[in-house]
Amino acid sequence: MAVTAYSLVRMHNLFAVVMLSGIYSLLAAVIYVVMDAVDVAFTEAAVGAGISTVLMLGTLALTTSMEKDAKMFSPLPLVIVTVTGALLIYATLDMPPYGDPTAPIHHHVAPHYIEKSAHEVGPPNIVTSILASYRGYDTLGETTVIFTAAAGVMALIGRSRRRKKKSDKSMPVEDS
Amino acid sequence: MDAFSGLFNYWIVVVLMMMGFYIVISQQNLIKKIVGLNVFQVSVFVFYISMGKIKGGSAPILADGIEIYSNPLPHVLILTAIVVGVATTALGLALTVRIKNAYGTIEEDEIEAMENTPSNKTPEATS
Amino acid sequence: MLNQTSILRVISKLLIPPIMLFGLYVQFHGDFGPGGGFQAGVIFASAFILYALIFGVDNARKAAPAWLTRLMLASGVLLFGGVGVVSSLMGGGYLNYSVLANDVHAGQHLGITLIEFGVGLTVAGAMITIFLIFDGLLRAEEED
Repeated sequence: MAVTAYSLVRMHNLFAVVMLSGIYSLLAAVIYVVMDAVDVAFTEAAVGAGISTVLMLGTLALTTSMEKDAKMFSPLPLVIVTVTGALLIYATLDMPPYGDPTAPIHHHVAPHYIEKSAHEVGPPNIVTSILASYRGYDTLGETTVIFTAAAGVMALIGRSRRRKKKSDKSMPVEDS
Repeated sequence: MDAFSGLFNYWIVVVLMMMGFYIVISQQNLIKKIVGLNVFQVSVFVFYISMGKIKGGSAPILADGIEIYSNPLPHVLILTAIVVGVATTALGLALTVRIKNAYGTIEEDEIEAMENTPSNKTPEATS
Repeated sequence: MLNQTSILRVISKLLIPPIMLFGLYVQFHGDFGPGGGFQAGVIFASAFILYALIFGVDNARKAAPAWLTRLMLASGVLLFGGVGVVSSLMGGGYLNYSVLANDVHAGQHLGITLIEFGVGLTVAGAMITIFLIFDGLLRAEEED
């Protein structure tokens, strides 16, 4: 996965970049299965490797598929990234080790969900009962975000198409 | 050395995250910046999911004979975040398309140069 | 473009109905196995996009015109919010499904199924709408 990400940094052909990002999210899906998150892996495989690749390819067809080559290498981003990464790694020294059942995350509301959800909600898939029932507000918000994003895409590029058609028909006035 | 092997997953996450960050701040191409944001995003997802894992645990679907389940809460959060992520990515791509229509390029430095040149009153639509 | 290749046409003809069926299965079986509205919407949309890529977007537009996908997009959110309003009218809190039926489990099940269906509608509608808009813009560019 890190190798894929590294080649993403180096690659200039945007077509290859998009394909690699598809591979990247497929690998992420495999990692989610290893970490027991089957629902998440499911979503990631369908979304990351399917839909977003198609959308990116559509954008490439609309814009350009080659990145401009000649660019100056500036050390500043590298320095910033290295410093931030070092700080983050220093911060991980305080994190609980991987798979530790005594980590604080497992002792707040999670045990309640695992023990009571069959009784209080019903479905055997705990993820579904949390998603739809315990955290219904959350999911309502997320659905609204998706709705808004689609409406935003409509407003951004769906509208320009219509305006272009209209200006083609009436008179050749250039819009902005 | 054994004390550090439990932290290996976090280090992977940090490395991936920094790669995404590097792409975002160093590249000039807007599509590549969006891909970088995706890399960053996935690293955060992996971070959450890896926190939810319990050693010996199973997927959080109730069944007989299974005692330990991984923490389902991060799964829920990330599940919705992925779909929202792709919706916002689509929004970003739509913005990129509009920028391409308005400026004729999706390289950030060229756009900046165009903005800063006073003789160039309005950027022509070149598409 | 791709519609000349008979292999692709035959294979995708074989694949698309199972994909859609699988989407519905994921939608309504999400309580018991992995799955739910988000995944089902995405799977359904990808079946649609596959159809559009192989058989041409014009045929796909006939199958799902723009008003239909927009209706799906909006009605999903409305269904979700509506379930919340109904449950608060029936005496519970907003989005408290336990009051929807006599039995707590039946009520929760009904509520979860309904809102997952709403989520699925919205996600599928959003993905198809975004895809169609990108395609429409592409075609407008080619005409110029």
